[in-house]
Amino acid sequence: MVRWTHWLTVIAFIALVITGGELVISHPRFYWGETGNVNMKPLFTIHIPSSRDTVPTGYGYVMPDQNGWSRYLHFEAAWLAVITGVVYGIAGFWTGHFRKDLLPAAGERSWRDYWLAFRGRRARDDAGARSYNVVQRTVYLGVIFVLFPLVIWTGLALSPGFNAVLPFFVDVLGGRQSARTLHFFVSDLLVVFLVVHIVMIALAGFWSRMREMITGGVGADVVVGKERV
Amino acid sequence: MSPISRRKLLTGGAVTVAGVAGLAAADRIARRYGLIPPDGGGVYGPGETLTYAAQRVMGKHALAREFPRGMISKSPFMNEVAPHNDEFKRHQAVNFRDWTLTVDGMVAGPLSLSVEDLRALGTRSQITEVVCEEGWSYVAEWIGTPVEAVLREAGTLPQVRYIVYTAMEKDGWDSLDMADALHPQTLLTWGMNDGDLPVGFGGPLRMRVPRQLGYKSVKYVMRLTATDSMKGIGKGLGSAAAEGGYAWYSGI
Repeated sequence: MVRWTHWLTVIAFIALVITGGELVISHPRFYWGETGNVNMKPLFTIHIPSSRDTVPTGYGYVMPDQNGWSRYLHFEAAWLAVITGVVYGIAGFWTGHFRKDLLPAAGERSWRDYWLAFRGRRARDDAGARSYNVVQRTVYLGVIFVLFPLVIWTGLALSPGFNAVLPFFVDVLGGRQSARTLHFFVSDLLVVFLVVHIVMIALAGFWSRMREMITGGVGADVVVGKERV
Repeated sequence: MSPISRRKLLTGGAVTVAGVAGLAAADRIARRYGLIPPDGGGVYGPGETLTYAAQRVMGKHALAREFPRGMISKSPFMNEVAPHNDEFKRHQAVNFRDWTLTVDGMVAGPLSLSVEDLRALGTRSQITEVVCEEGWSYVAEWIGTPVEAVLREAGTLPQVRYIVYTAMEKDGWDSLDMADALHPQTLLTWGMNDGDLPVGFGGPLRMRVPRQLGYKSVKYVMRLTATDSMKGIGKGLGSAAAEGGYAWYSGI
């Protein structure tokens, strides 16, 4: 369950990041509050060319418009991510996955434990090698229970149809443009997580970790308790 | 290799069968209740259908957010429009006094209405946000005649499922399902911020659909057509936008 929901989320997330980037290009300006357009002062601007000639970018050319398919794919991938997330969430509580694998272990919640784990000085006994350390657990919980819900929330707050049904979704964020800006920042944090996640996997032994995450089997090097943990 | 147990195989098989059966049932229910958008085929069909169906189930009659007068944007953005054709320029030269809205298709009595006739049918104003798919937005007051009042006057037949609206501009046409067409905030707009609707914002007559993105609010509307199916209209996808690769339903 953890494995296949993981890979479905990977597919959805990559599609969301690529298409989300395409959509930003059509208006690489961000605002705060309810409204924002090129006649108004932006909160900040990303200095890239735009796919619309109505946006003043300082570049002498306009990028090709990719918004049609990007929008279709963004929302389809969002549905895949949400449905997968709901299945994972229910199963995670049901099987005790969150409690056993992700909640920091009872004797391992002090700042010192965080520091030791962060420095990579953690007991490398058999049990330790097969479970996540306290930093990993905290980060995973943050991604699963804070960043993903936030990115879905701020994304839904950009839907005029959804806002008609549940107006407080966008109102408590400070308005539509605030929601868009927050959606951008939370997405950025998720991309940062993805990069760090991949770097850590590379450091831990990319192919054995990939094999484990795909097949569920334990890599041979870990079973014999050698250097890779 | 680790032996895949019989139990696992059986569970996997049962889940697959249940999944396929569930999808087939969901598809039938969605079809029966008209929850599949005209562009609901193809690779993006499942996503579009889920979005459209979810919003129609959650809040068919929900109202778009309206804002206090103080939030009307001082500098609304006038999006660029294609160069006006000669016919439009002729109307513009006489201040649009001959502009007529034709109402036809599956109606008891087809109509031909001037903007004055529309005003007589009913007036409603709303302060709502125009939200462009690109990301920008502004708030304005929109004054117009509810599409519902026009359809009531023409007498739409019971089997009507979509209202197609056509602009004077080339390739300017779109359609609404009845939930949006009969929605009290869906207006044939002729006024903006206490004045006439400027040409740049769609004057003399613009469709305003505040529960959907800006591109659904087609400018320079001159015809409404009631139909029971989008098949045979254009490519059958429901709008010029959908034929250009943009979703028919833009409530997102």
